[in-house]
Parts: sequence; C-alpha cells; structure tokens
Amino acid sequence: MTDSKRSIILHLSFIAVLALVFFILPDYHTGNLARIMVLAIFAMGYNFLFGYTGLLSLGHALFFATGMYGLGMTMQFFDLSSGSAFIAGLICALLVSAIIGALALRTVGVAFMIITLMFSQAGYLIILYFGEYSRGDEGFIIAREARAFMGFDLSDETNRYYAALILFSICFLVIAKLVNSPFGRTLIAIRENEERAKMLGYDVAKYKLIAVIISGVVSGAAGASYALLFGYVGATFATVQYSIFPLLWVLLGGAGTTIGPFIGVLFMFYLIDLSSVVTPAYMLIAGVVLVLLTLFAPQGLAGELRKRVFKWLP
Amino acid sequence: MLEINNIHVAYGRVKTLYGVSLHAKAGEILCLLGRNGAGKTTIMKSIMGLLPISEGDISLDGQTISNFPTHEIPRRRIGYIPQGRRLFPELTVAENIEIGLMTCKEDHHTRDWVLDIFPILGERLDQLAMTLSGGEQQMLATARALCLRPRVLLLDEPTEGLQPSMIEQIRQVIIRMKEEGVAIILVEQRVDAILSIADQVVFIENGRNLETMDADTLRANPEILTHHLGV
Repeated sequence: MTDSKRSIILHLSFIAVLALVFFILPDYHTGNLARIMVLAIFAMGYNFLFGYTGLLSLGHALFFATGMYGLGMTMQFFDLSSGSAFIAGLICALLVSAIIGALALRTVGVAFMIITLMFSQAGYLIILYFGEYSRGDEGFIIAREARAFMGFDLSDETNRYYAALILFSICFLVIAKLVNSPFGRTLIAIRENEERAKMLGYDVAKYKLIAVIISGVVSGAAGASYALLFGYVGATFATVQYSIFPLLWVLLGGAGTTIGPFIGVLFMFYLIDLSSVVTPAYMLIAGVVLVLLTLFAPQGLAGELRKRVFKWLP
Repeated sequence: MLEINNIHVAYGRVKTLYGVSLHAKAGEILCLLGRNGAGKTTIMKSIMGLLPISEGDISLDGQTISNFPTHEIPRRRIGYIPQGRRLFPELTVAENIEIGLMTCKEDHHTRDWVLDIFPILGERLDQLAMTLSGGEQQMLATARALCLRPRVLLLDEPTEGLQPSMIEQIRQVIIRMKEEGVAIILVEQRVDAILSIADQVVFIENGRNLETMDADTLRANPEILTHHLGV
C-alpha cells in the first residue's frame, strides 16, 4: 500500500472513530470532545504556520478572537443568521491576517514573534477599549434561539458535537490535502531552507503571506465556531494565554503532523481536567508532565510516533 | 550570454568585491580560482541577487538582471548549486526534484531527462533527502538545479568532500551541460579537476579579478598557478 493511500485511510478512519465515540462515551466526555475538536481547529491553523512554514507566531489569539467577534458582533448588531455571521467571521479573520501578515512578515525570527504578540495585545486592548460594543472583559452571550443552522439547534448536545465534527473534518482534510500539495511542499521547503527556496525561484514572501492568511482564516473559523457552538464571546480568548496555548498544543502533539494538533489539545485538556481532580495545584502536575514530555518526546507525541513507528505518518 | 561588468559588492559596510568583470559564454566553462576569502562565492551570490550590487551591472543576453529579487533570477534559467548542497532534508528525493521543476513549470520530460543524467536518484525517489549519502546529496542538488533547464549554471565547489568516483560523475555532468550549450561558471578548489575541463580561467584575489586566460595557456604554464595561488 502506498503512503498516500495509508494517509487517506488514516484520516478517514480517524474521523469515523470520532463520529462513533459519541455513542460510546458518557455525555461529559462528548461535551469535552466537541470543545476539543473546535480548539483542535485552532491548533491546526497554528500548526499550518508554525509546523509547516516554520513561522513562530505569538499572536494567534487575535485571529481566533477576530473570528469569534466577527461572528458574535454581526449577529448582535446586524441580526445576521448564524451562517452569514460565520462567513462574516471568516472574512474578518482573512482581512486581519492579511494586514498583520503584510506588516509582520517584514521581520523574521524573534522580531516576528514580538510583532505578532504586540498586534495581538493591541487587539485585546481594542476589545476592552470599545467595551460599550464588545462588553469588554465580561463578554456577551449569543442567545440560544440564534444558535441554529439550517434548522438544527446548535446548542443541543448531539447537534453541537456533530457540527464540531463536521467543521473539524473539513479543516483536517483540507489541511492534509494542502500540505501534501505542491504548495504545501513548497512551504516545507521554505521552512527547511528559505534561502535555497529563493534561489530555486520561489517568491518566499508571497508564500509566507498566503500561509499567514490560511492560518489566520482557519484560526478565525475556530473562533467563530466556538462562539456559535458554545454561545459565548469574550475578551479572554484574545489574551496572550490563547496565543501560547496553540503553540503548546502543537509542540505536544507534534509540529508538522496533521494529527498532532488534535492529540496535543486532547492531551492537554485531559491532563488539566484529571490533575485538577487530584489537587488544587493541578498546574504543577501539568507542568511536570509537560517538562517530561519535552525531554523525552521533543518532536511531540505524533512526531515521535512518526519517527519511531509510522514513518509514513503525514 | 552572462556578463558581469565592473561590479562592487559589500556585506553591510564591509566591501568585498571591487570592480569584478566576467563574461560567461554559451557552451563554455569559466572557472574562478582564488584563495579562500578572495570573493568567488560572493560573485555567485551577487549574480543570484543574494547580495546588493552598489556599482556595476550584471546582464543576461544584454538585459540587466542586477539587483533583481533572488526568486526572479532562476526564472531566467540561471541555476545555482551552492557550496554545502543545501537540500530540503525532510522532503523526499522526488519532492526535491518536483520543487525544482515547478519554478519554470517544467514537466515530466525534464524530470525524465534529469533522472537519465542521475539514474541512481530514480532508485531513491521515495527516500528522504537527509538519508542520502554525501555524493547522492550532491547529485540531488545538481539535479534540482538542472530541473530549471538552465542556460547558465553556477557551481560552487561541487566536488567538495566527495569520493573520486562521485567527483568523476559530477565532472561528466558538467561536461555534458557544456556540450548542451549551457554557460557554466565554476568555483573549485581542486585545480587538477578544473584544468581538465575549463575553457577560461579567472584568478580572483581580494575581491578583484587579476587575470583571465585560456585554460590551455594555464595548462602549458603551470607556474602561473604557483604565482597566483601558491600551489
């Protein structure tokens, strides 16, 4: 069997497993899984830029929040339907990522990290400054009756789970296809040796900008779906913490792997969930586990799996 | 074909080339000889747009290409194989070749042509580039540059660190490219390897071209090498 066939089977089986576990797992865990899938979309968006293009951003909370507020505020102030508001969220994320990308990509390395962080912080402060509209720190709730799509009530547990699964699957498959396309291979070439890619005739700046935009739109889609499925829009999601999370998820799961972001989010989510049952100092346990993982699985869980067992893992 | 006219180049404030002029003709091999730090690699990088030219001009068939963005240069069919190979280690051999083909939208005919030149790569298509031997990596780096169907080929120490059988294979490829009408600029430390295939030799010292001569003249007067290189 060829590697690409194995890869297709793996991706489709993974989605099938997620579709089936809903019938097996208790409600508590299916609720968690819906949230994990949405956050995994965010991590996949981040991984596209960091894992495949080699650009380390510290400002992805801004893209997530842009999608979230793009959806929430157009529903709140323009009475848009959930579908139209979702598209509005994506358009907002696209515009913001294009502008931020065009400005931040003038820098490289640490400067790129700092610039993206600064933009993200500026976004957070803008949300707080315009509290009259954004409801600042407190945020706002999207009414249950507004959270319907094509007749499906998305606040219903089952509908929410499968809506999250559909969005996750679309992003998962599109990104898997993209990274295995000539465009994706060029991004990997840029990550591996930017100067060499230039010397082979690739307009590296253009490719990087497109990567930032794709990453921003996917992260924005995660933000918009989070607001739609869980009914809350808040400034917390624009804080620096939400720029660090996707980095951690991707590092834990395996940067530059398609399945790694999901594994990273799942692992981190349950690590905190389970350790918080044991002790109030749960972050200490989480911290120790993270240090151990970094020491013994530096390529992340999926990355190590690829290195040691499944060399064909995409 | 490729003309370099009195170029001046600096790394930041440090000036490294002081009015270098060269002329690479179709179907000829122009060799750059000089001690370490003389400016040979700087000339290559300047042609590729990796370093800004403060004075002078580089032109291809009479059209200036000075200070073009680097990615525009290969699109004019100028291939560069830098020192140290610089492959994409986590991509397979096939993907490395594919990346080379895409720039100028070359098709499978070019791919087949390249694999005909380097048949060993055809047996390693699914192998990651980082798992190849040193010689195979050099072949892949050369193959990737050939994917452009270059009219000008810049080679910076292509035989560095290779065993004699590999050196001979690379040498044969260079001769084949010359026969196909490619203008070749070659930087090489191994003077013996150069002299057997070169048409013109340029001595570079302290960022200047001191002397240009026929390879035949140099072969007949080896004391010139001692004079310029101390070998």
